[in-house]
Amino acid sequence: MPDIREIQVSVNGEDHSAKVETRTSLGDFLRQNLGLTGTHLGCEHGVCGACTVILDGEAVRSCLMLAVQANGHEVTTVEGLAGEEGELHPLQEAFWKHHGLQCGFCTPGMLTSLVAFLRDNPNPSERDIREAISGNICRCTGYQGIVDATLEAAKVMQGRV
Amino acid sequence: MGVRYLGAEVQRMEDPRLLTGHGRYVDDIKLEGMLHAAFLRSSQAHAKIHSIDITAASDLVGVHRVFTLADLGVNYQKPMNQLYPAPVIEQNKTQYPLAKDEVCYVGETIAVVIADSRAIAEDALALINVEYKTLPAVIDVRTALEEGSPLAHSDTESNLMGKMRSKFGDIEDAFNKADHVFSAGFMQHRGGCHSMETRGVIARDDPWGDGLTIWTSAQSPYLIRRALANWLGEPEEKIRVIAPDVGGGFGPKAGFYPEEIVIPLVARIMERPVKWIEDRQEHFVSTTTQRDQYWDLEVACNVDGKILGLRGKVTHENGAYIPYGILLPNSSLTPLPGAYSIPAIDVGVDIIFTNTVPNSPVRGAGRPCGIYAVERMVQVVSRKLGIDPAVVRRRNYVRPEQMPYETGAKLRGGDPVVYDSGDYEALLDKVLELSDYESFKDRQIAARKEGRFLGIGISSCIEDTGMGPYEGTTVRVDASGKVIVKTGAASQGQGHHTMISMIVADNLGVKPEDIIFESADTAKFPHGIGAIGSRIAANVAPSAFDAASKVREKAIKLAAEILETAEADLDIESGIVRVNGAPDVSISLGELAVKLTPPSSTRVPTGFEPLLEATSFEGSAGSPIASGSNVAEVEVDNGTGEVKVLRYSVAHDCGIMINPMIVHGQIVGGVVHGIGNALFERMIYDKQGQPLTMNYGEYLLPLASEMPRIDVTHMETPSPLNSLGVKGAGEGGTIPAAAAVIAAIENALEEFSVEIDYYPVDPQYLLGLIDSSIDSKSSSRLS
Repeated sequence: MPDIREIQVSVNGEDHSAKVETRTSLGDFLRQNLGLTGTHLGCEHGVCGACTVILDGEAVRSCLMLAVQANGHEVTTVEGLAGEEGELHPLQEAFWKHHGLQCGFCTPGMLTSLVAFLRDNPNPSERDIREAISGNICRCTGYQGIVDATLEAAKVMQGRV
Repeated sequence: MGVRYLGAEVQRMEDPRLLTGHGRYVDDIKLEGMLHAAFLRSSQAHAKIHSIDITAASDLVGVHRVFTLADLGVNYQKPMNQLYPAPVIEQNKTQYPLAKDEVCYVGETIAVVIADSRAIAEDALALINVEYKTLPAVIDVRTALEEGSPLAHSDTESNLMGKMRSKFGDIEDAFNKADHVFSAGFMQHRGGCHSMETRGVIARDDPWGDGLTIWTSAQSPYLIRRALANWLGEPEEKIRVIAPDVGGGFGPKAGFYPEEIVIPLVARIMERPVKWIEDRQEHFVSTTTQRDQYWDLEVACNVDGKILGLRGKVTHENGAYIPYGILLPNSSLTPLPGAYSIPAIDVGVDIIFTNTVPNSPVRGAGRPCGIYAVERMVQVVSRKLGIDPAVVRRRNYVRPEQMPYETGAKLRGGDPVVYDSGDYEALLDKVLELSDYESFKDRQIAARKEGRFLGIGISSCIEDTGMGPYEGTTVRVDASGKVIVKTGAASQGQGHHTMISMIVADNLGVKPEDIIFESADTAKFPHGIGAIGSRIAANVAPSAFDAASKVREKAIKLAAEILETAEADLDIESGIVRVNGAPDVSISLGELAVKLTPPSSTRVPTGFEPLLEATSFEGSAGSPIASGSNVAEVEVDNGTGEVKVLRYSVAHDCGIMINPMIVHGQIVGGVVHGIGNALFERMIYDKQGQPLTMNYGEYLLPLASEMPRIDVTHMETPSPLNSLGVKGAGEGGTIPAAAAVIAAIENALEEFSVEIDYYPVDPQYLLGLIDSSIDSKSSSRLS
């Protein structure tokens, strides 16, 4: 019989109480149990970064973490990045402006990884950004639009634009 | 009519949805009562199947049913259909949707479990017991035609699938009269698509209603509908195929897969919707890849570097089956002679079965290989004669005054290859300037003094884009004034919604945000072809332009009658038809649409057909030829064999650019695919046919940290073949990239006389070449 536990987890500021199989990954839990399909599963072995979410402020791979491990923690997904009135996060705005996405599949993981990165590195160089997303694979853009967007978002977030 | 959008960097209309996590990819779709599928795949490269025991798997709690081929029904005990029949296919091998009694590659579908969840379905896979009798596998395409070689299929006598040849001009004469003949042999490897979204299929059957509905992560939904209808023997009208948001395609999603038969059939049998989502491990073994081509070429040239002829042979690895006709070997030959005026060519290709996953085009299809081959031979001429590679190119380019230039080659449909427009030498000048080519020698010398090895490489290309027959568009104004735009063109991230909306908005006089865009759904538009071969812009832009023009004409004509004014005095802006000079006199497009969709007991205005609507299938009168020249600057660490691409410059000509921002994204993304081919991506099989590179630690994709900034400049030579002067841009970044990078590596290691005969150029291989040059030993991977 499957081993089922009850967990309490805050996702995008909303508290959820749910029963999950212990083997369910956090990514599957977010997508299947909570219907938050913005988090994408690209490789399910922790390399591509598409499934990245922010857990207590840190970027983590939701495919490498079990839902039960998120018990008692706060999770932010791509659905939680925009403001309450739907206004885009400066990074989302910059991705839009700089063509930082094409098919959009890696985008949620890029955004969550970079939101966490910019909090710790508010004034990054191009090289810093390239290293920061070296664990996120984008097959469409060649990364350039993503890097340009992040450079601009960093300036906007610091009030320098 | 004012042009406000064409040529502008309009931000994409797709993006707000995708940026906020509200895309709708196949795996995001949840249907009432949906079951989940997992496939059992062959663990053997080549084997007979003696028995499949599904008892334990079927008994697992949560499993609804396990299917083998026999369980699909008596009408379906047959192999899949050939999508692109061709006379050169001597042995038409397609696979069964579930294996019958023989498996021919690791990953071939054998059985499918249908369960309450994917996890349970996967649990059950482990309980299926297949009894195999292993057969010898053929993996190395170079020995596959030798006597005594294992056979990829046990019921055949040869591994030769077929032969093709591109031959024109007087090849004997060219080689007889040339000052020099040089030869080179090299292997080209291209990996898989590795779209970040894997494949996936959902099917629902409603026998008393809509019939079969299939959501699939695909580039060509209409091709899937036709192939499935043919295979099932059912009308296309009762099959609806939808490609929702698709997370990248790059070629391998343009075909028709076993899962696209099996999932609809089991959904019908189970009378419940069924979902299958490919996991990444399955992607490595079941999604088609491009893989190996061995080229042996001779080039005939004069002392000044003028090339007179090219001849030789290609050995092409086809994999185990032919899902995709001969598109790939064919498109490897048609780009010859590249950007050059080479009067005689004779190159043949042997297409050979191996016990590996079937192959298919990946971004650019065979074009990157054909162009690489030509560029390689230009490098050989340059090196042997000691002439700067830029100069050799200048002496050989097709010149603008030669356009339209018929190369002598034939496209797949039999039409001659004709270069319609372009200025290849001007593109070279632009990229040499952009890359500071003239001052490179100073950079190289300065670096060498520090013990660093810098190199520079050039590559030029042409690309036949926009293949026909068409990609149609319907434009209709509804009663609210919204403009519904429908097309068969499927997008995997290329921004079709934005691009087509810009054209319609300009031509009809509406705002892009008032356009409702619907595509890639066979129920919404009668027929489409597919997003392959950089063909969408050059086909759908003209049809969208034409359909919008027709709607505009109709609206103006009707408004002129209603407003009692001359048509010439009317203009449409933001969806309102106004009289020039009398801004208060107006009628909206929505009101005009109502006149043409009136309530009962009223009439459509005399002389008008119902609906404010038009459909067009206008496309391009032939393939517009895009072109490009690239320069790569690299640094090679001769201690570790590591190659860093320091700079990368592109001059590209795709005719009139509809949205330069989108074109830029296509070029940059395309270049990175090419750099991945040159340096990283390699799908390795061992001698028994077991795939060895099965995760992204072993199969390397280009990462942000390894990629250079890519500088792009454009020329806009309008194509005379369509109304907007556009050419395709989807693959022009990829096609020349590997040749530029590899020429740069050789240039960096000039003092070691390194000749690269194999890509991807991994550090181990490159170190071997350097060491063997020092020791004067051969370490070619080809020997």
